Amino acid sequence: MTPTPSRRITRLVMYCLLFFMAIFYLLPVYVLLVTGLKSFAEVDLQRMWALPTGIYFDNFLAAYQKLAPNLWNSLRMVVPAALISSVVGSVNGYVFSKWKFRFSEIIFTLLLFGMFIPYQSILIPLVQFMEWIGLRGSITGLVMVHVVYGIAITTLIFRNYYAGVPTEVLEAGRMDGAGLFGLYRYIVFPLSIPAFVVVLIWQFTQAYNDFLFAVVLTNNRTWPVTVALNNLAGSQIVQWNVQMAGALITALPTLLVYIFLGRFFLRGLMAGALKG
Amino acid sequence: MTASSPASVPRRRTPLGRDRLLAIGLLLPSLAATAIFVYGFIGWSIRVSLSKWTGMLPDYTFVGLRQYLDLFQDRRFAIDVRNTAIFTVLFLVACLALGLFLAVLLDQRLKGENFFRSIYLFPLAISFIVTGVVWRWLMNSATGSRISGINLIFQSLHLDFLISKWHLTAPPWGIAFIVIPAVWQMSGFTMALYLGGLRAISDDLREAARVDGASEVQTYRYILLPILAPVTLSAVIILGHISLKIFDLIVAISQNNMALDVPAVYMWRTTFDGNNYGQGAAIGVLMLVTVAVLIVPYLVYSMRTEEEV
Repeated sequence: MTPTPSRRITRLVMYCLLFFMAIFYLLPVYVLLVTGLKSFAEVDLQRMWALPTGIYFDNFLAAYQKLAPNLWNSLRMVVPAALISSVVGSVNGYVFSKWKFRFSEIIFTLLLFGMFIPYQSILIPLVQFMEWIGLRGSITGLVMVHVVYGIAITTLIFRNYYAGVPTEVLEAGRMDGAGLFGLYRYIVFPLSIPAFVVVLIWQFTQAYNDFLFAVVLTNNRTWPVTVALNNLAGSQIVQWNVQMAGALITALPTLLVYIFLGRFFLRGLMAGALKG
Repeated sequence: MTASSPASVPRRRTPLGRDRLLAIGLLLPSLAATAIFVYGFIGWSIRVSLSKWTGMLPDYTFVGLRQYLDLFQDRRFAIDVRNTAIFTVLFLVACLALGLFLAVLLDQRLKGENFFRSIYLFPLAISFIVTGVVWRWLMNSATGSRISGINLIFQSLHLDFLISKWHLTAPPWGIAFIVIPAVWQMSGFTMALYLGGLRAISDDLREAARVDGASEVQTYRYILLPILAPVTLSAVIILGHISLKIFDLIVAISQNNMALDVPAVYMWRTTFDGNNYGQGAAIGVLMLVTVAVLIVPYLVYSMRTEEEV
């Protein structure tokens, strides 16, 4: 295809459109950054688009002071939740793809439904239940909830992934005398590192970004960072610039995951569209 | 297939039947958890929604459908339903249109494709709370000398007619402006779905269209877009259920503004601030029914088509 003048103009227009749209997506990031880096003295709503005169960390320090314990709560909750979820999902996915049994498709579909329900429809029994087993308000309780409501998506991702492992490979292993656990241990598990990465990242972001479960199941000592940030934003005392710095701090962990492991993140996302 | 089924009679002596049972055993914890935490809890929510429970202590006195009937008379709930309807329609239309537009642009194999794609997608990694906090300041509706946010940009570009009160616009249209941050966050996902769909179409098809004399636009309009119909269906299902459940974003932006209320927020407030457990459960059940109408046919359809493969 030789670039004709008209083709060149179309290209130019397309680049303009791409840039224009990029501005829309980056606008909030720009405001977050310039506001965060200003000194307290130059923070002014009427000058919110102006660049800072230097680099100051006043806002970040103020926000970090308020959010640090909650950030820590979030990490203490998210890491075990992601790890346990990935193990559960892997085992389930293995059985649903390689050990199909009668009604397994129907059971799998019933499991998947849990992925879509509005959690308001189970919230009251959930709170009563957590109260009853004494885990309401604790981080352990929140971990458990994320693992349980993550069963559907993690099973789905692993099942779709294992569907790509040829049955012949497992047959060969079976000939060699491997059973349910042997096949998993020596054939399936070593192949599933990419799926583990996808699920770990997915569950990490889901649990970290969650607000609903956190706000009803934790208390002021165990609030994860999303709840704390929302309280910060609702407060009349906290300046808007500190709120912005807090928002950036809150966004940072998942943003870093996206920047460095974006490919895997996208795959988890696509699994949500079922036909992965 | 169980161990006793004749089809699975092992040709060699392997403990296949025992392994099959063990495999099902491995699933049991997850199945039990789902049975309790999803189906059991839904059942219990329905029970609570049929009770008159108001106050700190449970009161399961059966009152039939009274909580539901009260909701249908409730002005706040009527506002919620209207807000959800406006939000869902605008959110779906905007995400699909913008997502398709970006996907087609990125499909032109321009330089920097990966760079732009990452920019359009990154908001997905961020929590709705963060998005809400930032956009609340961007959509600041202060006027005169206190003007700021996007309005300030409009003013300095002499585009004063664009200056808006954003989500503080008089009802019912305030909620429409919350669609902007929602689209900011989710349109990249729609773009990725469409781009995946476009890339899955073989080049031969495009080539054939070109040979037949179809212009680039005609190729998209008559050949590629119809093939993308299933992608649109998936996108509608996913975005639709997100929209019907929208919660965090509204909480973060509206900070208790009743004009921007939606069922998910009402349920949370009435249950945990107002102790109206019966009413809260009824709202939760109604939300579930709405989402199920969208999801169940899709799940059944997916299961059927997968069995054919």
